[in-house]
This record gives sequence, structure tokens and C-alpha cells, in this order.
Amino acid sequence: MVTFFRKLGALDRRWIFLFIAVSVIIPLIVQRPAPVPPSPIVRTLFDAVEALPTGSRVMLSLDYGPSTAPENDPMSMAVARHCLSRDLKLYLLTIWATGPPLITNLLEEVVEADFPEKIYGEDFVNLGYKVGNQGLIQSLTSDFKGQYTADAGWGDENPSRPTSQIPMMDPIRTVGDADLIIAIGSGKPGVKEWVQFAGDPTGVPVGGGVTAVEAPLLYPYYNAGQLEGLMGGLLGAAEYEALLTENYPQFSEQAQEALIRMFPQTVAHLVIVLFVIIGNISFFVLRRAERKR
Amino acid sequence: MKRTVPLFITGLVGALLIVSYYVPHPPFDSVERKIPDYFNIIAAFAFILGGGNLLRIHLTRISRRDHEWLYSVVTVTGFLVMLVLGLLKMTGAEGSAFGVQANLDLADARLLYDWLYRAIFVPCQATMFSLLAFFVASASYRAFRAKTPEATVLLLAAFVILVGRTPVGHLITAWMPEPFSDYFHIPNLSAWLMSFPNTAGQRTIQIGIALGIISNSLRLILGVERSHLGGSD
Repeated sequence: MVTFFRKLGALDRRWIFLFIAVSVIIPLIVQRPAPVPPSPIVRTLFDAVEALPTGSRVMLSLDYGPSTAPENDPMSMAVARHCLSRDLKLYLLTIWATGPPLITNLLEEVVEADFPEKIYGEDFVNLGYKVGNQGLIQSLTSDFKGQYTADAGWGDENPSRPTSQIPMMDPIRTVGDADLIIAIGSGKPGVKEWVQFAGDPTGVPVGGGVTAVEAPLLYPYYNAGQLEGLMGGLLGAAEYEALLTENYPQFSEQAQEALIRMFPQTVAHLVIVLFVIIGNISFFVLRRAERKR
Repeated sequence: MKRTVPLFITGLVGALLIVSYYVPHPPFDSVERKIPDYFNIIAAFAFILGGGNLLRIHLTRISRRDHEWLYSVVTVTGFLVMLVLGLLKMTGAEGSAFGVQANLDLADARLLYDWLYRAIFVPCQATMFSLLAFFVASASYRAFRAKTPEATVLLLAAFVILVGRTPVGHLITAWMPEPFSDYFHIPNLSAWLMSFPNTAGQRTIQIGIALGIISNSLRLILGVERSHLGGSD
């Protein structure tokens, strides 16, 4: 018995890898959405978008790279769908060098697919990437168009042009002219920098979405009222999708990415919990045997 | 002179920025507006510096045939290819790179740049990040052992968060009647852990970091800290 638990305690990690791989691959193949009840922190963000009057200006900053896209992309897409379906003006930008293709991807998967009637430059605009990190964000509080002299454009029909020629850029003098900033991020600069350098100085509400590992760092800002809701990890994205599909049933097919990915994540978490329990049983049995000796 | 002038500039700009924050009147208010522009310009040049440095290090490694120099070849090739295509993408016609039509059968990528980004960069980054799942599972198995009271608290917190971040956490304690569910329903417990103990810990760390930044900034402004000038002192 003790030998068995000794072997279990020193289990070859390749067995763990195998179990994790199987627990992720099978649910991924099954493609079944997980039932996710929305939490108050995500509902706050959803309600903040919901409360904006038609024509309000939302800055959506995609501050992440492909490594965290499976977690962050469903957040960006759900927020973009929500904003566009409520006829809000959507300003897409990124302060990460890896961000521009993610904006293009969002435009293709959300705007092109679900909102073909929306007009570039009037309903949404792609401002692209600018260098400067938090320095850039701080500059936007005094002169937005001084930083964004031209947009990044989108496709053949919408080549890059000066922001002075883009109708929806007319009322934007500083970032303070936005009604809501939503930063989807996975590190620095990200949500925290948008709160510190744009939200706090101008009073514009800032909401966000971050990877699960970063979410604990942002709770102090949410509890202090500096953050208007937060999507934490894939679960946060799934909760937002659940709220979106509940309130806008027309997206019940499209806004399913995070809900479907929650299934493998759930199984993987349970497998990890199972291994932790097995490891502790083995530990206690061996300790007891040693004490007896 | 080589050290005195940079120290003087650092001290002057640092002091000016502090004054401009507390005195929002001319001419100081414009200083606070303009300085971030200079920061952004310098940050743009940092890309050139970074690129140059990367080339210098890896070309030296290649020329010396250092240990694992072939990786440096991959790095330099990848850097140069993306740099050239990125510059051409900014100036060239849609659908062409090096003046050559990208006639590969690429469903949604019209440019070679986008194709390389989607077909190489995205899978490589996704693979690297996905590997974390395996290592997290393996590390959890070995680390989360209730060896001491502190480790037991950590283990219980990890258990609540791990289960609380899934729909299972909701399902297994959904039967709980009120007022027990307000405290012991796993998603509520998970939210409590994040909102209170976690927030308290994060605030402590953030206040500590802020005090450290203030202290270090003062050392820089007063010229006590000189490591940014290079050298040993």
C-alpha cells in the first residue's frame, strides 16, 4: 500500500501531461457550450455599455498579442458586437505592436460578418497602433488628433486617411471626449494604465477585460470604483457572452466562442483538482507510515 | 562633464515635472502636456535601438559560430523578413510584397506579412502559451501539499479559485439555502477571496511599489542614483 502511494506521490509528470491533453482535446472536439451564470463584476461592465445612449463614443483598445488571443478575442468581439448593436460609435486602437492584426481580425469577424450596414468612419474606425505605452495614453488626454493624425484604414475600400477627414473623429479633441473606454489587455501597458493615465485624469469610465492571471491585480481598482467592471479570463468572456446572448438573441450563434472554450477549461481545472487531491492523499498516507516507523 | 550634464538634465526635468503637476498654470501646464510627446518620440527611437541591438548581438553570435548559433540565424531572418515586409506593407500596393503578387492560396490574408503573422507568429505564440497549462498542472500536483498550516490555507484558496472559475463551482453548491449560500456558495467564496484578501494583498504590494518609485525617483532627481548613466557607480 505504502509503495503504491510512494509511486503515486512521485508520479511521472508525463502522465499528468497526458491527462491534461486528453481533458482538453475531447471537450474541444465535442464543442459544447458550458452554462455560465454572470457574475456582478462582469454584469457591471455589460450594464455600463447598456446604459450608454445611442451615438455614444466607445474606445476599444486591444492591448494583447496572439498568445492570449483565445482568452482576449472573445472579450473584444462580444464588446464590439454589443456596442455596434446599440449603435454606439466604436473607436478601435491598440498600444501593443502585436495588436493591429487582431483589430483586422475583429473587423472581419464582427463588422463584416454581423454588421455589413455599418459605415467605416461614421460608425467605427480603426486607429491602429501607436508607440508610447502609457506616455501615449497621457498624451491623448491633451491632444488626441495630435497623436492620431491618420487612421490605419481597413481593406481596399477604406485606405488610411487623415483623421481630420473622418466624420466620427470630429468631436474627439481629447480622450476625455469618449463616453467609455474599454481596454482588453494581457499585461503592461493595459487596463491599469488606461485607468491611471486616461480614466482617472479625465473622469471617463474605464472598463476592461484581462487574462485570468492578471485579473487579481485589478480588483483593487474595481473595488475603489476606478474600474467600471472587468472580464477576468475566459470565464469573464463567457459571462459577457452569456449576457449578450440573453439580451440580444440574434448573437446566440456567433457569441459562443468563450462559452464553448469554457467546457475544456472546466474539465482541465477538475483534472488539476483531482491530481491535487491525489497528491495530498499520497502525502498524508506516507507521512503517517513514516511516523509509525 | 560627461556625467555632470546628464545628471543636471535629469534633475532639472524631474523637478520641472513635479512642479508642473502641482502648478497647473502657465507656463507649467504646457510642460505637462508636451513632455509625454517627447517621451513618445524617444520611445519610437527605442525601437530602432532595440532592433540594432538585436542585430548586433545575433550577428556577432553567428560570425563566431557560438553555441546554438543557428537559432540566431532564425532570429535575424525572422526579424529582417518581417521588417522589410512591414515597411513594404506600409508603402506598397495591396496584395503585393517585393513587387511580387502573393499568389498563395491564402483564404483571408491578402499580404505575405499578414500570412506570416497568422501562419507562423500566431501558432508559435499560442503554442508557447498553451504549454503553460501542462506545467501549471504538474506544478500544482507537486506544490499544493498541506505540509504546513500556511500551505493548507494556500491549498484551500487554490481549490476554491480553481473550482470557482468553472460552472462546476456553481453547480456543486447550488443546493445551499440562504444565508449559507451567501458565504459558502463556491462562486461567492471565490469572489470574496478575490475582493477582500486578494485586494488587501494587492494594495499592500502596490503601495510598496509606489513608495519605492517615489524613493527611486528622488534618488534620480537628486543625482544619488547614477546607474542609468552606465558604468559602475
